[in-house]
Parts: sequence; C-alpha cells; structure tokens
Amino acid sequence: MTAAERSGGIPPEPIAAVAVAAESTDEKGGWTGAAAGWLERRLPIHKLLPTRQPFYIGSWVYVFGVVTIAALVWVVLSGVILAFFGPQWWHVSSIGRFVNSLHFWSVQLFFIFMVLHLWGQYWAAGWRNGRAPTWMVGVVIFLISVVTAFTGYISQQNLDAQWIAVNAKDAINSTGAGAFFNPLNFGQMYGLHVMLLPIAITLLVVLHVIQVRLRGVVAPLGATEADLVDGDSPAASGS
Amino acid sequence: MDGPVPYFHWGFIQISLANLVVIGVMLLIFVLALVLPFPGHRGRRDHDADQR
Repeated sequence: MTAAERSGGIPPEPIAAVAVAAESTDEKGGWTGAAAGWLERRLPIHKLLPTRQPFYIGSWVYVFGVVTIAALVWVVLSGVILAFFGPQWWHVSSIGRFVNSLHFWSVQLFFIFMVLHLWGQYWAAGWRNGRAPTWMVGVVIFLISVVTAFTGYISQQNLDAQWIAVNAKDAINSTGAGAFFNPLNFGQMYGLHVMLLPIAITLLVVLHVIQVRLRGVVAPLGATEADLVDGDSPAASGS
Repeated sequence: MDGPVPYFHWGFIQISLANLVVIGVMLLIFVLALVLPFPGHRGRRDHDADQR
C-alpha cells in the first residue's frame, strides 16, 4: 500500500510545498501572520538595536536614562532577596541590613537619575516630533515610582513605617481614596510594593525604551542638518 | 542619627539639610554633565575636517 492509498487517496504533500503554503498563509492573514507582519513593520530590528547614533548623542546628559535603568536593576534584585528572607532578617542580621541598605540607596539613585533624566529631556523639549507618547509614558513611570516608594516606606516594618502610615492614612482619607487605598493595611501596601507596582514599572520602562529606539533620541534645540548625521558615538544610550 | 534633623526655613519653604544636599548634588551633576567632554567623542569640527 502506498502512502497515498493509506491517506485515503490523497497524496502526501512534499515538505517544501507545505512550508510555502504556510508562508503564503502568513502573508494573507491569520492572527500569527498578522502579528508577525505588524511586528516587522512597527519594530524593525535596525531601529531596536542601532549600531550608530546621531552625532549629538556624545554627551553625558544622555547617560542619565540608562543609569536610571541600571539603578532599577539593583532595586529589583535587592528587593527580590528582601522578599525571600523577610523583615526579621533585614532588621537583625548584618547581611540583611546590608541588602536592606542596598535596596534603599539604589532607590535613591534611581530617583536622582530619573529626575536628572527628566531635567535633561525637559530642557531639550524631548516631546517634539511625535515623541509625546514617550514623554507621557515617562511621566507615568515617575508617578508610579512615587507610589512604589511610598508603599516601600510603609513596608519597612519599623516605627518609621508606622508613623508614615498613620499620617498618610489621614491624608489619603481627605482625598476620598481611603476606602480602597489604606496605608494601615499592611497586606495591601506590601502586595502593591513587591508585586503589582514593580511589574508595572518594569513593563513601562521596556515600553519607554522601545519608544525611544523607534523615534530615536530627540535632536537638540536649534540643531542643523549637519548635526543629524551619524557620529562616532557608540549606540549605548538608553535615554 | 536619632537626634533632631536640621531644617532650613525661607518664608513658606521648609527643607531638611539632607534633602537640600541631595538637590545641590543633583544640580552639580547636571551642570557637570553639560560641560564635561564625553570620552571617545570627537568634536564637531574634527568630524567635519575628516569629511573634507
């Protein structure tokens, strides 16, 4: 019995023919094909990972963004360790106090360089030429970071945390939001701090970097055509 | 560490010494970033000279 007879009289298709048919299906439609086409059009790899950058990138001002991301990496890593071992460990043991301090100071650096990045982009009017969504995502990251830091202060499990939580409860109540955001509810604050808010920040930072890559770094105010040619700077900036 | 934190008052502005120092350091870093040359980056004039 031949293969065609075994399959009910339908001859088996050669592998190459199946591959060509699948490719043409991708081009014509189908959710997978449509998604692949959209990603290829919207996120071309030469824009996501450029090997050259414009001449004006050669400035320390464009380093603030990537330093902020480096600080965020340390915040997340130290935070994961703290979450594993718990409050008694980070208050009592010497290595716990060290990791706790690492978490605190990397947060300080995260905020310092995020604000420096904000200053740099503000004075360069970084929202120009279709970059308003990039700017707005940055604003949202900043606001969520403030809430994350606030829930972090409350999650310290010490007198400082209690003092902040009790005072903040009155402040939040005065806004009318106390019913669903309660600083005295440790479970809610800790859950927001270690899960929901860090995930939101991480995803938005990834989106922010992709937006910067697609549009490119905004040219300085008053830049001429000569300034827009590729320069000698390596393509290392995340700003 | 457990003592009272020094504060400064100018009219309605009230700020702790620690926060004032942080803001001062940030301003210093920002100005330095603007004026310090970036390593490995040649000046615009050198680049133009190479093009000619």
